[in-house]
Amino acid sequence: MNRCTSLALAASLLTAVAGLSVQGATAQDATEKCYGVALAGQNDCAAGPGTTCAGTSVIDYQGNAWKAVPAGTCLTMSFDGGRTGSLEALDRDLPKA
Amino acid sequence: MTNPPVGQSDFVAALVDPAKAVPPGIISHRGDSDAKRFAVYRNNVHVGLVGVLAAKYPVCRQLVGEAFFTAMARLYVADHKPFSPIMMLYGADFCDFIGGFAPAQSVPYLGDMAALEEAWSVAYHAADDSPLALAEIAAFDPEVLPDLTLTRHPATGLLRSAHPIGSIWSAHQAPGVPVRPGAEAVLITRPTLDVKVTAIPVADAAFAQDLLQGLPIGEAVERTLAHHSGFDFGRAIAGLCSLGAFSQAVLP
Amino acid sequence: MDAQRLPCRAGLGLKPQHYADILDGKPDIGFFEVHAENYMGAGGPPHRYLAAIVERYPLSLHGVGLSIGGEGALNGDHLHRLRGLIDRYQPQSFSEHLAWSSHGETSLNDLLPLPYTEATLDRVVAHVDTVQQALGRSMLLENPSTYVLFAESTIDEIDFLAAIAQRTGCGLLLDVNNVMVSSVNHGLDPYTYIDRFPVQAVGEIHLAGYDETTDAAGERLLIDAHGSRVSPDVFALFRHALGRTGPVPTLVEWDNNVPAFAVLADEARIVDLAIAEARAPGDRRERVA
Repeated sequence: MNRCTSLALAASLLTAVAGLSVQGATAQDATEKCYGVALAGQNDCAAGPGTTCAGTSVIDYQGNAWKAVPAGTCLTMSFDGGRTGSLEALDRDLPKA
Repeated sequence: MTNPPVGQSDFVAALVDPAKAVPPGIISHRGDSDAKRFAVYRNNVHVGLVGVLAAKYPVCRQLVGEAFFTAMARLYVADHKPFSPIMMLYGADFCDFIGGFAPAQSVPYLGDMAALEEAWSVAYHAADDSPLALAEIAAFDPEVLPDLTLTRHPATGLLRSAHPIGSIWSAHQAPGVPVRPGAEAVLITRPTLDVKVTAIPVADAAFAQDLLQGLPIGEAVERTLAHHSGFDFGRAIAGLCSLGAFSQAVLP
Repeated sequence: MDAQRLPCRAGLGLKPQHYADILDGKPDIGFFEVHAENYMGAGGPPHRYLAAIVERYPLSLHGVGLSIGGEGALNGDHLHRLRGLIDRYQPQSFSEHLAWSSHGETSLNDLLPLPYTEATLDRVVAHVDTVQQALGRSMLLENPSTYVLFAESTIDEIDFLAAIAQRTGCGLLLDVNNVMVSSVNHGLDPYTYIDRFPVQAVGEIHLAGYDETTDAAGERLLIDAHGSRVSPDVFALFRHALGRTGPVPTLVEWDNNVPAFAVLADEARIVDLAIAEARAPGDRRERVA
């Protein structure tokens, strides 16, 4: 990076940073609200896998014949615009700004 | 007649391969070899590990349904045993497996969804650290700002997908979340106690990826501007910091 | 053993879905037990919640991944992680299993059986010594539930456990459900098992529900499933065990199909009543349903 670019960048960064941080935490909270799209959370019930020291009587170790086809929400989930998000490659619409 | 010892290698070999016979020397109280008894161990291992994946990938499970997910997980488990007794670490490459798994190709975003769920799990268990505040960047001499590198917060993960995986994930957490077709970038952070999942602009994701890989701010800005004219890096840095993406600003 | 010990009351396995129930509801539970491996992440909510719970309740740290019965050397990294957890949370008890779960680089996430011979006894004794030195405290070793036997075994399971306790100074965790499961599976009398068990070494009791199937010969085969209430026959065996041990910290394990916290709390209440009766041996009322 040449020095002119570097200085221009520094100036822009400073402006951005100073402008956004001037009011401290309040500004940061406000920024948070308008940056990106916060997606619905997940609670601790889905905390992921745990270990077990127990056995199971559910029998499921045998059989490798592949018969299954996807049969969950991928078949019914609707995408905006009336399409379903199922078994076809998705169009690459323009990304959101 | 002496009874030769059953080595644990022999035990494991039979354990992970249902086609193998029960090792001689493993018996019931009647003295016979009882495949149904040995199968309890095979089953415990197998069902337990499939259960670990089912717990770790709840959205993938819902997307393809229980039967498909279990069948797919069963194949993964058959060839991928854990390297650690810590089960939260198991299945880290399940997304790669799905990516190469022909029967799952009809759900083209499934592998990326598994990557998202893996990143969520990593973030959930990651080390605690206070996120970098914007004010800490502002405290540096303006001339050195382009040279700063920002250290990844231990919880931070970034996924850039050709599919709207963030919206699809979100639609499985709460009803009524709209899903638009198209590429989506998802930043996963844990600035405090809770894991945050945020869809961020794709230009910002390219920038964030460079920063997370350790490029100085100036270089990351130049690279991003080359592909995304009009990229607002001030807003991007402020936004990424507000989500807790970094833990430190470092002047080399 | 630490001066501080688990209370002689009912305890419950701590599950993430119950963190809020416990911290908000402050239920009167004697102690909580966690699997050490589930808290081997670096940080995040599990540690935050566990730290809050440890402020209010005694803690039993129960390992499932140390593979004490393994042929190979113990995993030094894993021991180091255990030591870190013990230093951080100062649990009133640490326990592990007479079983193995790792082989070479592979972990199998199940508690696998070992033959009982002089050679395996020496090996387990050496491993328990190593664990106790690395952790700087004594541990409890749990009797396993098993589905097969080894033709090479020359030592009875109780003698094997007693010898480990005697040679290492470790205590024993008497899992009464495992006693029932193994006894039924191997055609033995569970009451004889309890009567022969070295009760002076018992530092904790485990209870759980089992599932039932049949083996190739059509005989009853019990599975240590931890997915239901404690069976009445196991509870009766527990009362018999209490008659020998006196009051002992007693955990209800429920790891599969985990119910609402209220169901677990109800199991704990019933166990607490039985322990209270063991304090007053004259009072031999039947189990309160």
